[in-house]
Parts: sequence; structure tokens; C-alpha cells
Amino acid sequence: MAERYSSFESGTTLWFLQRATAAFLVVVLAFHFFNLHFVTHAAEITFQGSQVRMQSLGYFITMVLFLVTAAFHGVNGIYNALINAGLDGAQKRAAQLVLGVASLLLVVQGIRVATTLAGF
Amino acid sequence: MSESYDRGRIEDFGRWTEFSAGMWAWIFHKFTGWILIGYLFTHIAVLSTSLQGASVYTNTLHGLESILLVRFLEVGLLAVAVFHILNGVRLLFVDLGLGLEQQDKSFYASLVLTGAIVVASVPTFLGGAL
Repeated sequence: MAERYSSFESGTTLWFLQRATAAFLVVVLAFHFFNLHFVTHAAEITFQGSQVRMQSLGYFITMVLFLVTAAFHGVNGIYNALINAGLDGAQKRAAQLVLGVASLLLVVQGIRVATTLAGF
Repeated sequence: MSESYDRGRIEDFGRWTEFSAGMWAWIFHKFTGWILIGYLFTHIAVLSTSLQGASVYTNTLHGLESILLVRFLEVGLLAVAVFHILNGVRLLFVDLGLGLEQQDKSFYASLVLTGAIVVASVPTFLGGAL
């Protein structure tokens, strides 16, 4: 029988959200890379071009969701890696605080960038 | 139905010669994940130049893209992202209990497919910089 191992306590809310965001990110990360390297080459990106893309409401919402899910998935992944390495007690609480604040700042700054590019 | 499995501490890298394909997949997934979240913070920092005006944003991006090292780093980022995506799909199947007996083969397939996509993408990523 195949063995199964994971850093996560299977069945918890964080476990589920890590996988739900993964399913979303698989599609959107591939789209983002393809769109901004193969459709529009990275060297040709301009403020005006970014603005045209961001002014499409669907694209704007997709990018904000991309930011929020990527920030959660990445920071939760780091947190679980630290727990897996044996972090406990006050160190675990400090990690929760630092990672929580860092992800919040990242999302706030990312939304500021998105709204600036969209011209909202 | 899955069973619990005492895999030992994977962080004890002195055991690396004993690692199976699944453990290497676990390590590569964590490693690429650390790079991707680190890059996300850097990416938002670079895009934040848009807050200082249209020309600052455009000039910053064009300036970075004119550096050959940045183009090579982007190829590396592509490799990291593609592997993380493909192995992520593999992990989602494993979590659903699908293909457990082929999980080692699907890891090797992720590596080979990552290599093929990255090699095929090199001309696009380095275009205009050489």
C-alpha cells in the first residue's frame, strides 16, 4: 500500500484552503506567466499597457484574487514548513504574527498597485 | 484508504542518500515554494514604482529587462514556477487518492516536462537581450 505523508494535519480548514488556493493558482499562475511573457513580452510592458489590462474588470478581479490567494498559499506554506521543522510555543506565536502582518502588508500594497494601474 | 507513515525527519539532510522520489518531490516543492513567495514580495515591490508615476514604472521595467542577468533569472523563475505547478497538480491528485501507486513516476514526469517547457521557452525569454 502506498504511504501518504503531508506537513498538514489532514482535514483542517487551513489544510483545505491550502489545496483550494492551489487549484486556483495552478490555472492563474500559468495564465499570468503565459500572458506576460508570451502574449506580451516582459520587455515590452509599459504603464499604458498595464493600465489597459487592469481597466478590464474581470482581469482586475482575477489579479486581486491571484494576489490574495498567492499570499495566503505562500505564507501558509512557510508557516507549515516552520511547524514541520519543530517550531512551537512562543516561536510559533511569533511566526504567526510576523507572517500574518507580512501577508497583510503584501496584499494591501498589491491592491494599491492594482488600483493605481487601473486608474481607480 | 491511507495509512500513517513514519518518514523520519526529512529536515535531517544527512539522510539524503535514503530519500525516495516522494521525499525529493517534497523537498523540491518546498524549495520552489520558498522562492516563489520571496519573488512575490519582490514583484510587488517592483510594481510599486507605478505609485510614483507612469514613466518611473515603464523605465524601471525596461531597465530591468535590459539586464541579461535578469533575463536568465526569469528563466530560472519559469523553471521554479512550472515545477511547482506540475508537482502541485500531482499533489492534488495524491490528496484525492488518485495515482498513489504512480506518484514516483508522476514526479519524474513533472521534472522532465519542466525541463522541456523551460528549454522551449529560452528563446522567448532571452529574445532581444543577446
